[in-house]
Amino acid sequence: MWILKSRRGKMGDDINWNWTMGFLAFWIVFLSNGFGSNGEIAPNPTKPSTIPPPANPGLDDPQAFPNAEVSNLPVFAMDYPRIQVPFEITLWVLLASFAKIGFHVYHKITIWIPESCLLISIGLIVGGIMHSVHEEPPAVLSSNVFFLYMLPPIVLDSGYFMPTRLFFENVGTVLWFAVVGTLWNSIGIGLSLYAICQIEAFGVQDINLQENLLFASIISAVDPVAVLTVFEDININEQLYIVVFGECLFNDAVTVVLYNMFTFVADMPEVGSVDVFLGVARFFVVGLGGLLFGFLFGFVAAFTTRFTANVREIEPLFVFMYSYLAYLVAELFSISSIMAIVTCALTMKYYVEENVSQRSCTTIRHVIKMVGTVSETLIFFFLGVVTVTTDHEWNWGYILFTLLFVFVWRGLGVLVLTQIINPFRTIPFNFKDQFGLAYGGLRGAISFALVFLLPENIGRRNLFITATICVIIFTVFIQGISIRPLIEFMNVRRTNRKLTSINVEVHTRVMEHTVAGIEDLCGQWSHYYWKDKFKKFNDKVIRKILIKDSRAESSIVALYKKLELQNAMEILDTSTGDLSAAPSIISLQDEKKQPASTKPKRKFLTTDLKNMHDILSKNMYKIRQRTVAYTNKSTLPNETAAREILIRRHASIRRSLRSGSFQAPDIAKSHKYFSLPAGKNLDSKFPPKRLRHVGDDDTLSETDYPSARPRYGQPQRSSSRAMMPLRRLDTLREVPTDGAGVQPSVVDFVDEKQVWPGPSRQGSSASDSRVPAPRGRFDDPDEGPAPMYPGWDRQPQDPTDEETRNPLLRRPQWKPQKP
Amino acid sequence: MGALISVPGEFQHLAEKTGFSLEQIGILHRRFQQLSHGETTIRRENLRSIPDLSCNPIRSQIIQAFFDKRNFQQDGEGSVQEIGFEEFLTVMSHFRPPGRNLTPEEMEGLRREKLRFLFNMHDTDNDGTITLEEYRHVVEELLSRSGALGKETAKGIADAAMLEVASISVGHMVWAHS
Repeated sequence: MWILKSRRGKMGDDINWNWTMGFLAFWIVFLSNGFGSNGEIAPNPTKPSTIPPPANPGLDDPQAFPNAEVSNLPVFAMDYPRIQVPFEITLWVLLASFAKIGFHVYHKITIWIPESCLLISIGLIVGGIMHSVHEEPPAVLSSNVFFLYMLPPIVLDSGYFMPTRLFFENVGTVLWFAVVGTLWNSIGIGLSLYAICQIEAFGVQDINLQENLLFASIISAVDPVAVLTVFEDININEQLYIVVFGECLFNDAVTVVLYNMFTFVADMPEVGSVDVFLGVARFFVVGLGGLLFGFLFGFVAAFTTRFTANVREIEPLFVFMYSYLAYLVAELFSISSIMAIVTCALTMKYYVEENVSQRSCTTIRHVIKMVGTVSETLIFFFLGVVTVTTDHEWNWGYILFTLLFVFVWRGLGVLVLTQIINPFRTIPFNFKDQFGLAYGGLRGAISFALVFLLPENIGRRNLFITATICVIIFTVFIQGISIRPLIEFMNVRRTNRKLTSINVEVHTRVMEHTVAGIEDLCGQWSHYYWKDKFKKFNDKVIRKILIKDSRAESSIVALYKKLELQNAMEILDTSTGDLSAAPSIISLQDEKKQPASTKPKRKFLTTDLKNMHDILSKNMYKIRQRTVAYTNKSTLPNETAAREILIRRHASIRRSLRSGSFQAPDIAKSHKYFSLPAGKNLDSKFPPKRLRHVGDDDTLSETDYPSARPRYGQPQRSSSRAMMPLRRLDTLREVPTDGAGVQPSVVDFVDEKQVWPGPSRQGSSASDSRVPAPRGRFDDPDEGPAPMYPGWDRQPQDPTDEETRNPLLRRPQWKPQKP
Repeated sequence: MGALISVPGEFQHLAEKTGFSLEQIGILHRRFQQLSHGETTIRRENLRSIPDLSCNPIRSQIIQAFFDKRNFQQDGEGSVQEIGFEEFLTVMSHFRPPGRNLTPEEMEGLRREKLRFLFNMHDTDNDGTITLEEYRHVVEELLSRSGALGKETAKGIADAAMLEVASISVGHMVWAHS
């Protein structure tokens, strides 16, 4: 307590305060943990008042005088052993998480030093402390616990958020590197180490070939964690990313087989060719078995979610349970559990996300991310702890040569393999990419766990443990820290995710479609052909089975939502007085001539562009998409659109309740006409006929938003986002601009979502001439002029846009809300 | 059958002209035969009948590109109704990957050629410029397949794109001969 007070007195700085709190929390947690885990050191917490013989619980002895020997009702009792295990687990998790919080206090730290390094460092410190007080690290770090509890969440996280399209386009390369690369590394390192062992000077002659190979197979398991974080931060090009990512996930099959094989064979004096053959056979069993189990469980999971419409609360549970089940069953049969769970996640994701509700979808993603992150944090943390507290055996020669060979063979392997596979790739790897690949081969937790799993009969087990830990720490620290500056220095190809121009997007799509069309014309059966075939099969057969068919209710619900949203948009837009299409919609529909209020100049904000990009990317036919942005490892995919819609909706409802505008019904009515047709596309089965009040083909089509079953399985959620295309750009086109009276922005609402499907008649120019703007419709307090934001093209365009048909559209500056 | 073209000598001439290898020309020739049902020329209907192509949103533009004289490298204008194998190959040659060892100027020329092809695809009225209408049309086509947002949106997007370009040039895209 006194520590707290004195510290508080000193600190005035915020950051220092955070650090302090972090450290304090850390120490408190740690010390209490320390006290807890060692039974002898905790005499105090145990029950003082129950020390006297608990002859009677005390309650039925009310008149007992306060005599120490007589047991009274214990007013305060502590029972530590009962809660010990969960308590400690919680504390350790908290500790690791505090460390994680602490890292982000200074942003710069995580840029230069990957989180894994920091976690290991903290683990080392904690381990050192524990060692100095002669404590044992918690027994939680047995290999069993690692493989059964800590590894699955990480792998599920990786598998679930893997960019599928990108992966399947590169699947050949990925598997090539995963399988052949790992084999190459293992055998190369094993043989070299064996050669080294022959040298007497190092004193490791007792390690035979099998043991060397075993050790090599452990060491060559590449771990994705640190690498991926770095790669994402520096926006490396997707090809490199997906190859490293995929390699890390899929080399498990090879590692498992090699490990098992060599363990089995390690005691045998001789290895016959039969064993090698069996090893190969086993590899296929392991790999294909993993895939098979994964598919199986994935399908079952997708199928189950088809029926969960009434039990929305436990929908996420199915995803987790099935994935975990896949993992466990694979472990049961000693086949590659990592591949099983990854395949399960890949298979399941597409269908499940169409079946479950929006909330469940978010929950699933969030939970997976959370548990995965926690697991990863813990693993690195424990790596640090165990490093200090375990028995080591150091051997300079062996360890140094191990390090050397790890690098050399990885580099060689990447070089050779790339040369072989480059001709088959559309985008070949240049030397810089290869460098990135080679340098990105960090070892991590899997090697760590595998080495602890080594059976005791291997003589030099401790040496292996030490060597593995050395390699891990070396690669994570040295390579992890230096990879970023090196890649930037070498200027490895970056990804071009940030499209800054609509033109780029449009033209990219045009080119893709053109190429695809030409391919069809040529009749070439490239892998696009198979993709197409699969697509058709998918649409016809699989989707019918796995995805809920009867969506009559949901389509109505969705329709209702769309109506509401449109209403909301409408209300918002008009209330802010922006020359929204709302009035123009009405005018189009009901031929009402609203007073042509001044139309403020509108500019394109970057947020508008972003919106356009989103629309384009979501709606354009994407059959041959080559590049897909990949989600960041440590953050969830951005789903702010739906949230913003809801915010606006709620606010609009609030507002309408508040002010009770008269014209709202009109708008609402007119909008009903407009949203209904849109609802039609929610579900192709939804009868369009009765929605055709407007009786105009165009209105039916224009408010379409991508059907809830877009071709590539965009989750239904995205439809609400894509639903808001830019319509005002056009409708505002011809109206004479008037610089004055810039409308106040809607403060708390996102501007970028202000666009929404406007009605468009064939002669949309009609809308342009009418400029209704029922501005003061709602008593919305004037929010004041929005601050000027750097518009898209501002001054130079001013003189020219009045007259020409050129859609140099302007937008009022409203405060964009950064989501 | 197209006895005219099945002579290897013809192929050689075509190979030199278009840059395809003889083997590639052979494959394409077979495809040509298949598409034309044994005739010597292809019409638009033949191309439209390709089932896979029907999913492509800009199908009509692609098909049109084959019949566009400007792509025949002969500085022609307008479009034809049917093409022979030579024109087919010529149009296809736009999609050849560049050879490994081209000089930078050749690469540049190749790029311009490909860009010209794309430009022609957009420029449907053959006037050498892509107007806003044409651009809008393209965007509409692109968005049309996913049953998406309709004309207003397409217009909006096209307008935005034009806006971007307009900051650099004037109201329509002109093929700048620079």
